[in-house]
Amino acid sequence: MSAAPRRTALPAPSLRVGGEILAFTKSQVDPLESELIQRVLRGQHEAFRELVRPCEHAVFMATQAILKNEADAEDAAQEAILKAFTNLAKFRGASKFSTWLVRIATNEALMKLRKERRHKLHDSLDDGRKDDKGNYVPRDFADWREIPSEALQTEELRQALSRALTSLTPKHREVFVLRDVQHFTIEETAMVLGIGKSAVKTRLLRARLQMRDALAPGMDGSWSTGRRDYEQVRPW
Amino acid sequence: MVMEISCEEVWREVSNYLDDEITPELRARMLEHLKGCKHCTAVLEGTRNVVQLVGDAKAFLLPAGFSDRLYQKLDRKLSEDGRL
Repeated sequence: MSAAPRRTALPAPSLRVGGEILAFTKSQVDPLESELIQRVLRGQHEAFRELVRPCEHAVFMATQAILKNEADAEDAAQEAILKAFTNLAKFRGASKFSTWLVRIATNEALMKLRKERRHKLHDSLDDGRKDDKGNYVPRDFADWREIPSEALQTEELRQALSRALTSLTPKHREVFVLRDVQHFTIEETAMVLGIGKSAVKTRLLRARLQMRDALAPGMDGSWSTGRRDYEQVRPW
Repeated sequence: MVMEISCEEVWREVSNYLDDEITPELRARMLEHLKGCKHCTAVLEGTRNVVQLVGDAKAFLLPAGFSDRLYQKLDRKLSEDGRL
């Protein structure tokens, strides 16, 4: 089977991903992306690196959101990018290239998950924190203090963020990663995951509140009061 | 005079508030509530803080060598297909 993209000018036929046909109607590809795509389609394969490089982080985060394990996520990300290369001629350009690529990556990760029968929903830190209507009840950390972005320089905070992210269930984590880590719009997130906007909003609320709760011990300011126990668990 | 809103209603709308996906009327009610509710202010500001932190490019880094391994694999695939 040939791996080379066909020499087809945009727009090309719609792409079938995970059994769904992505019907695009209006080009959202910027001129530089479009030029790179055309170069790849003309056989200048080195242009594919330029096209993909800005999307690498988004692709990896999308697969890791589903697979959690770093090695599996990297493998799925690589496969997705190879698949995007093979199917580039089918990209019609009505979404951003990064959105199209992340959708392929998401499907690749989901397929890998199913194949390896690892689809275990992880209990969140506070999965039981619901009121009688099933709404998530955020923890009471009223003495709140901001964690400055400079604190991201510390390995401790980055690890705390990763642990908090891991504590989310896959369906909450994938929405959170696309929307808040990758800055996809609500519409783009819905499109990538094949769910409605209202489902995106519902899952996003839950994910954000749980992330806040998981990190809240570092936000309540108590670490600055001199108590040793807080210093130990809130090093940033 | 804006209509009062409960803490539970504020929590349900925190995410939409941050995304500016609520009506001006609801935003005004939430702001009024937040003036007098330390807990809801902590929830809102803590959530906003998390969103800002995870949106920073430094929050989640690619594994070391990710790009090198990716393009090695791509080159290998192209070689196997006799295209290089």
